[in-house]
Amino acid sequence: MDTDKILKELQQDVAGLKESSQNKLSMVVFSGDMDKLLASFIIASGAAAMGMDVVMFFTFWGTPALRDKKKKAGGKDIFGKMFGVMLPKGPSKVKLSKMHMAGAGTAMMKYLMKKKNVSSLEDMIALAGELGVRIYICELSMGLMGFSHDEMIDYPGLEFVGVAKFLEEAGASRIQLFI
Amino acid sequence: MSEEIKANVTMDLKGLACPLPVVRVSQQVKKMKIGEILEAETTDPGAHADFPAWAKSTGNEIVKIDKGASSTKFYIKKLK
Repeated sequence: MDTDKILKELQQDVAGLKESSQNKLSMVVFSGDMDKLLASFIIASGAAAMGMDVVMFFTFWGTPALRDKKKKAGGKDIFGKMFGVMLPKGPSKVKLSKMHMAGAGTAMMKYLMKKKNVSSLEDMIALAGELGVRIYICELSMGLMGFSHDEMIDYPGLEFVGVAKFLEEAGASRIQLFI
Repeated sequence: MSEEIKANVTMDLKGLACPLPVVRVSQQVKKMKIGEILEAETTDPGAHADFPAWAKSTGNEIVKIDKGASSTKFYIKKLK
């Protein structure tokens, strides 16, 4: 038996496995709900602390949560303006998925979070940036909802991408989540 | 003979909630030298599961856990 040949094949297989499964977490953040966004960022920063490479892809209702409430974007058509007004403008404006109760529930949750020293969504985004969590925003969602790049938050290395970029990252990740 | 563990760095993480205790510990350990010990004091009940899980995943070691009345001190040895 040709042990050298077998050994070489095994080494190639191991190298391939290492390549296909890096210590990486890829997350699709589809939801624009405050609770789900908070959970996403807690998992992301926790994973970064565990030494993982972390990538978050924001798409659909997750996209407006990354708008900057201080920034203004002009030149929108009627649909863009409508989405702009109807969707939350940034992380401080998102609502709970349950018990929002016309704002009372979300306000109560924010009060409790402060009282129990749980970081706000804004703080969690800043922490993720500090930890090197990468954020990608779906270009299709941006275009569909009429958002412009200029109205998104300042975040280190923020990129606007398509689905292939997500699949490339997810394909090489040990964990993939859809939130 | 009681083993005396001397920490090189101490951290007060009291009051911090998930995921900050683990995040702050990981940031601190990165700055330390191999073999050094970090003493991290936390009030987060989740830390009892989280610190060992973090240590296992990152290849570091918890050498001692001191459970107090209201907080717990974890002694973490940097191995990597």
